[in-house]
Amino acid sequence: MQVSDDNFERFKKCAVEVLSVEDAQVVPEATFESLDADSLDLVELVMALEEEFDVTVEEEELEGVLAVKDAFDLIVTKL
Amino acid sequence: MGLLDGKKIVITGVLTDSSIAFGIAKLAQEEGAEIVLTGAGRGLRLTQRTARKLPTEPAVFEFDVSNPNHAQALHDVLAEKWGRVDGALHAIGFAPEACLGEDFMGATWDDVKVAVEISAYSLKLLAEAVAPLMTDGGSIVGLDFDATRAWPAYNWMGVAKAALESTNRYLARALGPSGIRVNLVAAGPIRTIAAKSIPGFQKFEDAWMDRAPLGWDVDDSSAVARSTVALLSDWFPSTTGSMVYVDGGFHAVGA
Ligand SMILES: NC(=O)c1ccc[n+]([C@@H]2O[C@H](COP(=O)([O-])OP(=O)(O)OC[C@H]3O[C@@H](n4cnc5c(N)ncnc54)[C@H](O)[C@@H]3O)[C@@H](O)[C@H]2O)c1
Repeated sequence: MQVSDDNFERFKKCAVEVLSVEDAQVVPEATFESLDADSLDLVELVMALEEEFDVTVEEEELEGVLAVKDAFDLIVTKL
Repeated sequence: MGLLDGKKIVITGVLTDSSIAFGIAKLAQEEGAEIVLTGAGRGLRLTQRTARKLPTEPAVFEFDVSNPNHAQALHDVLAEKWGRVDGALHAIGFAPEACLGEDFMGATWDDVKVAVEISAYSLKLLAEAVAPLMTDGGSIVGLDFDATRAWPAYNWMGVAKAALESTNRYLARALGPSGIRVNLVAAGPIRTIAAKSIPGFQKFEDAWMDRAPLGWDVDDSSAVARSTVALLSDWFPSTTGSMVYVDGGFHAVGA
């Protein structure tokens, strides 16, 4: 995955806003746990991403999403 | 013509679009009601986002039932916005982790009192906010999980639901003379955020699918929404203090 990718920048903007973290923390390998994000935070992030990317994500699809990369992949496969 | 044409209805408990209250909010709008949502604490932002997924985006007010000042505040914003309220949905439940799961004996009063306050006493708080504005009569409906029996894992949440069932009857008694009906819908299991936090929720799903005479789909809350909307409408004019089962008939069969 290209970290300079435009989609990743949009993803990062949402994550920074919803999770109140620094830009630099939002890297593909970072787990949500390491970002202090629990399951409700993740649900909120996904709702923000749904609006940003105009996609729909079912709550079931969040099972197994542990790291930034997982969430990003989930979104881009829907584009 | 919609079942709720012209009615002004307050809907609590919309967290995501999997919330039972979301289905009710959507159907209420489709049936002609004007609604507002309420949200609480860190969930408030989720409620605001989810509001945008409804056919018409409703206003969202803060109503955290653990805050003693919020009932009055909710009353005041509703008085200002509408001046009158016709219906309210109570879809609020919470229990600390120690209240749920394998170990019934492990919970302390500090755990249990939170479950009872948020899940049962809160029905009175909601009534406090809306009843004075129900000048044309009104309907308050709460969501229940049948508390007449002991379930696996549900533990102190079940005790809190028993308190909710009793609160429902006493509120019916207190508010009946003002033309306000108070009822519960005892729903079968639906896969929501709250449900998924109950360890052993799968057991309910399996039991319902095996036994409910009409069958049951844990991913479909539309039956609960329809029945709740009916109770909010004028079509149950002489029903109060009741509990309507919307559970595929599960409660009626032994095995
Ligand atoms: N899901 C089921 O299987 C099922 C079955 C029967 C009854 N119910 C009941 O339905 C109601 C709604 O739950 P749901 O399953 O849709 O889950 P949900 O997680 O979508 O909703 C629970 C709601 O409670 C609210 N809440 C928690 N603490 C609060 C507080 N302090 N102040 C105000 N609101 C607070 C949350 O914001 C959330 O909107 C609950 O009363 C629940 O017990 C659920």
